[in-house]
Amino acid sequence: MARAAVLGRLTWQVAGVEQVVDETPRVRTIVLDVPDWPGHRAGQHLDIRLTAEDGYRAEREYSIASAPDEPVAITVERLDDGEVSPYLTEELRPGDGLELRGPIGGYFVWDPEDGGPLLLVAGGSGVVPLRAMLRHRQRSGSDAPVRLLYSSRTLGDVIYRRELDQAADGVEVVHTLTREQPPGWTGPARRVDAELLGEFAWPTEDGALAFVCGPTSFVETVAAGLVELGYPPARVKTERFGATGR
Amino acid sequence: MHALDGNAIGGLLLEVFGAEMTTATGTCAHCGAAAQVAELVVYLEAPGTVVRCRSCESVLIVIVDVRGTKCVDLRGAATLQ
Repeated sequence: MARAAVLGRLTWQVAGVEQVVDETPRVRTIVLDVPDWPGHRAGQHLDIRLTAEDGYRAEREYSIASAPDEPVAITVERLDDGEVSPYLTEELRPGDGLELRGPIGGYFVWDPEDGGPLLLVAGGSGVVPLRAMLRHRQRSGSDAPVRLLYSSRTLGDVIYRRELDQAADGVEVVHTLTREQPPGWTGPARRVDAELLGEFAWPTEDGALAFVCGPTSFVETVAAGLVELGYPPARVKTERFGATGR
Repeated sequence: MHALDGNAIGGLLLEVFGAEMTTATGTCAHCGAAAQVAELVVYLEAPGTVVRCRSCESVLIVIVDVRGTKCVDLRGAATLQ
């Protein structure tokens, strides 16, 4: 039956929670044991489904935070008025089950064969799929040069801070802190704009591939800025998220 | 209402079409602009899911859940391949 065949390609399954890691006071990484996982590419998503006792269901799509050869992990930011993220960031414990399906998506992905240079631009938790790309790059032995421009409100909001501080050879990370900067901060202290992109982005002639992920307005500004610098639109991959998406 | 993009409905489209659709190309029946589905404008909070052209804002796709059945309206898409 055609319907059964269609359903068979993307079915819900129950994963086990292996580990939870607090990244910031609002953000948590959940490492999962997914029994029937076909493997994923760096940048792909999965869908999480929560079912209430009365049968009400809520689904959300989350970027996968881990490299393809690592256990599946997602990183979730708590939205105070959210239906799903408070449960994931506050209630969920190792040993619990979590219903999911995936992997999903083929557009916002990077494979080592795609090469570089790579320009990664993240706003807030938009860093999650880019972190999967960074880990994949390192674990696959790729030497594609990478620049990551990462916008956070404060230093305390920086996700994966320690990991990014120890960035591998060939990876440059620049943080911009938009709301509050620690004493002695010498880095950029404003939202990503055309001028900041002009300073930091690979020159157009390098033929860089750009991945931009963050809230919608952030992505619109960055993508337009890169195209203005001369990046071909087809080399600027974008992914927008909002309160309903995460 | 918050505008996202086609990445946000990769799972829904996979469920409906049985294939990875975010890299498929959709052509707007109104203005003729062609774009990968991941690049189209998506509203999740409309009654149902609404996918619009990034060039002219016409509706390409509407997906509504009616008592567990996904109803898909593709009249605004000239092609989806």
